[in-house]
Amino acid sequence: MNFDFTEEQIMIKQAARDFAKKLEADVIERDYKAEYPTQHIKELSNLGFLGMLVNPKYGGGGMDTISYILAVEEIAKIDASVAVIMSVHNSLGCWGIEAYGTEAQKEKYLPQMVTGEKIGAFLLSEPEAGSDATSQKTLAEDKGDYYLVNGTKNWITNASSGSVFLVIAQTYPELQHHGINALIVDKDMPGVTIGPHEDKMGMRSSDTHSVMFNDVIVPKENRLGGDGFGFKIAMKGLEGGRISIASQAVGIAQGAYERALQYSKERKAFGKLLAEHQSVAFKLAEMYVKIENARNLVLKAAWLKDNHKPYGLAGAMAKQYAADSAMEITTEAVQIHGGYGYVKEYHVERLMREAKLTQIYEGTSEIQKIVISRQILRA
Amino acid sequence: MSVLIYTENFDGKFKKTTFETVSYGAEIAHQMGTTAIALSLGSVADNELLTLGNYGASKVLKVNDARFSNLDNQAFAAVIAQAVEKEGANVVIMSGSNIAKAVAPRVSVKLKAGLVFAVSGLPKNLSPFTVPKKVFHGKAFADVVIKSPVKIISLAQNSFGVKENRQTAVIEAFDAKIDDAAFKTKVTSVEKSTGKIILTDAEIIVSGGRGMKSADNWKPLEELAGILGAATACSRPVSDEGWRPHSEHVGQTGKIIAPNLYIACGISGAIQHLAGVSSSKVIVAINSDKEAPIFSAADYGIIGDAQKVLPELIGAFKKFKAEN
Amino acid sequence: MKILVCISNVPDTTTKIKLTADKTAIDLANVQWIINPWDELALTRALELKEASAGKITKVSVISVGNQSAEPTIRKALAIGADDAFRVNAEAKDAYFAAFQIAEAVKTEAYDIILCGIESSDYNGSAFGGMLAEFMDHPSVSSVSNFEFAGEVVKVNREIPGGYEVVEPALPFVAIVQKGIAKEPRIPSMRGIMMARQKPLKVVEAAPAEAMTEFVAFEPPQPKAACKMVDPANVAELVELLHKEAKII
Repeated sequence: MNFDFTEEQIMIKQAARDFAKKLEADVIERDYKAEYPTQHIKELSNLGFLGMLVNPKYGGGGMDTISYILAVEEIAKIDASVAVIMSVHNSLGCWGIEAYGTEAQKEKYLPQMVTGEKIGAFLLSEPEAGSDATSQKTLAEDKGDYYLVNGTKNWITNASSGSVFLVIAQTYPELQHHGINALIVDKDMPGVTIGPHEDKMGMRSSDTHSVMFNDVIVPKENRLGGDGFGFKIAMKGLEGGRISIASQAVGIAQGAYERALQYSKERKAFGKLLAEHQSVAFKLAEMYVKIENARNLVLKAAWLKDNHKPYGLAGAMAKQYAADSAMEITTEAVQIHGGYGYVKEYHVERLMREAKLTQIYEGTSEIQKIVISRQILRA
Repeated sequence: MSVLIYTENFDGKFKKTTFETVSYGAEIAHQMGTTAIALSLGSVADNELLTLGNYGASKVLKVNDARFSNLDNQAFAAVIAQAVEKEGANVVIMSGSNIAKAVAPRVSVKLKAGLVFAVSGLPKNLSPFTVPKKVFHGKAFADVVIKSPVKIISLAQNSFGVKENRQTAVIEAFDAKIDDAAFKTKVTSVEKSTGKIILTDAEIIVSGGRGMKSADNWKPLEELAGILGAATACSRPVSDEGWRPHSEHVGQTGKIIAPNLYIACGISGAIQHLAGVSSSKVIVAINSDKEAPIFSAADYGIIGDAQKVLPELIGAFKKFKAEN
Repeated sequence: MKILVCISNVPDTTTKIKLTADKTAIDLANVQWIINPWDELALTRALELKEASAGKITKVSVISVGNQSAEPTIRKALAIGADDAFRVNAEAKDAYFAAFQIAEAVKTEAYDIILCGIESSDYNGSAFGGMLAEFMDHPSVSSVSNFEFAGEVVKVNREIPGGYEVVEPALPFVAIVQKGIAKEPRIPSMRGIMMARQKPLKVVEAAPAEAMTEFVAFEPPQPKAACKMVDPANVAELVELLHKEAKII
């Protein structure tokens, strides 16, 4: 057992922290205006965060999952929107192509994705099917040498900023989830329409849209993995994505905790510092323990992934616990701030709105509990 | 045995920091039972040199050589070292200025003399020779022993003060031996804003932070500085944003200042900022956030939007100036 | 043309300073170490100059005096973009000692330009760069806030009260830099971090030398009295306080 980070991991965490410092200057404004962080994403890619997991052969950083989640946490601590843009691009977009793509697909897409020239998006959710990937309504009809894609995808992160779409669609409805395919769709293919920007509660600086497919011709060579493999790819993708969303939740919680800690050491009430009131001190202690627990769950899941051991259960536990803890911790951070916590200037209300999404996307907390309970009952 | 004080001149004139350095050197000479000798390089009129006597210098060595009108670190250090040897000085005093930073280290190596920067007061002990100094930009103080026979001290600005101690100084021309070839750096041009009060010289500084919101809001701040005869400064985010030039940035990685009065407008007071301004005698903070850490460092505080408070302050100071 | 950047390993500038129980040292347990901020700016500028030089500047090296615990900081400099590094294997007792060691370590390396920061953020010395220049018998320019090439000639801005002078030094020389020399320190890229371990880091044994100064005791600063609050609706009171109480105007 060894709880020490490597020198590189520490350096990556520090680099992410230094980068995140720059996000703080306009995070409130971007959140308010729901403005995409174009310049910041450019710098994120210049620093190599957008391809950090990808094999150096394709220009990536070749880093491990632990390094990656350390970076996601540091960025989420300041700006969860940037963290989710990075997370979807890395854990779903780049990962999907690298893990399941043919050599030709990897060479075509990865070099441009690691430089941020092309941003990846993962198109699974549908208006009538959220994280339930088995009931896909989007069709990818087999037309011989191409698929004809029709349908609508919802809640797509990076939909307007991204251009490499990994689309999960049904080819053989009678085979149910065994008939699903994953296709690489270029956004500029005829028939692809981006819906209006979703006016979200939180993570407002990331772009979320619905995407419509109307008789889109996708060449067969764009299929990721074997025929009917799409469901497996989607599930595997979410399995890894969860670790990253869990670390995002840890970052949000850590950000709220740090702000609450700082505030309670500066602000006085009834003649003493907030931190000197036991009710506040205990809240801080509880936050601290929860964050430590959540982070350890995330690190363990990442470690399992790095060591090629099954990480599905660990990832689900990390995601559920980190997301639910983030919601509790951010709520308490607002409470500690009192009235100041309810206004934008003090950041914690934003962190609270951001925390909410971590309980919903890439599998709600309830879905995670299904995954966890199925596994422990099977054992 | 003697104490040698290197005196900086600015276009032939001495400033408060020079007099402070001489006052300090004279006090050490007094403690050691020896004399304080001032050294001046470049063109300074004799009547100006004689003013050094007011602060305790009994002799002024002058190197009246036009080649010293521009700083060349190597050549300056060579001459200072020669003067130290000629006078048998065992303590050398310099200011905390950029010139001292440029020259003193070279003198130190030439003379194998221990050198301490940011010294904050008189020696605590003459044997072993121990001086107090700031470390971590005032977050702590330390006692440092200088082990070499010759000791060089760079005094932090405003840490001793100007003290009159009238002596009749004699001026002695010092014929320094230095070849033209020793001057290896060439000043090709000078850019100087005229009529502006220099930050590190200023007795009063009016400073703005991110709370000023934009570069366009500096007018009232400049107006207040004008009324008070103050210099303007800013916090790091302001210079990083390009609202003000880098030369105005005060703080740990910018300029370290020690004015009599520091007025911080819309500056939250990050630890790095406080490190650069905490030596100010009096700090006034204006900030809309009553929890801002600047108030913990300030002597007087006003909770309010700097942009609204500044015009009021301008009015009040104008009234004060008219009445006094 | 080769550039050497001297870096110092210092506690993070936000470190809360605690003293050891006997008050003879700063308690350095749990301290996060960084490249001295001015040195980091010097390194950033050196890399910018190399990148803009179209191959004329062939190498940017870094050097530091310290024991093995300084290596992560040195490797960070490599991650940021330095080509190779030296570590003089000794505790940097004072600036005189460190400058002597570095002068010894690089005397046969023929660097054309040596850059270092004007001050260290820990013990607030400003001696190192000038001492190094003197040991090497190089010219030096201090308070450098801009560094450019004009053809073969180096032009640096030296800050002076109220402005700056443009100075042309003869090479090789030591530039002692301050704020403004580079806009902001570079963040190492992921690729840079992964390559850092593959770059040469040569450990040089220290030459015999003595320190000239020694820190013998430390004390915390005096606590400050509470801030007196003035009503924003009555700023005349502040003027009154500054005049009558603080006697500053």
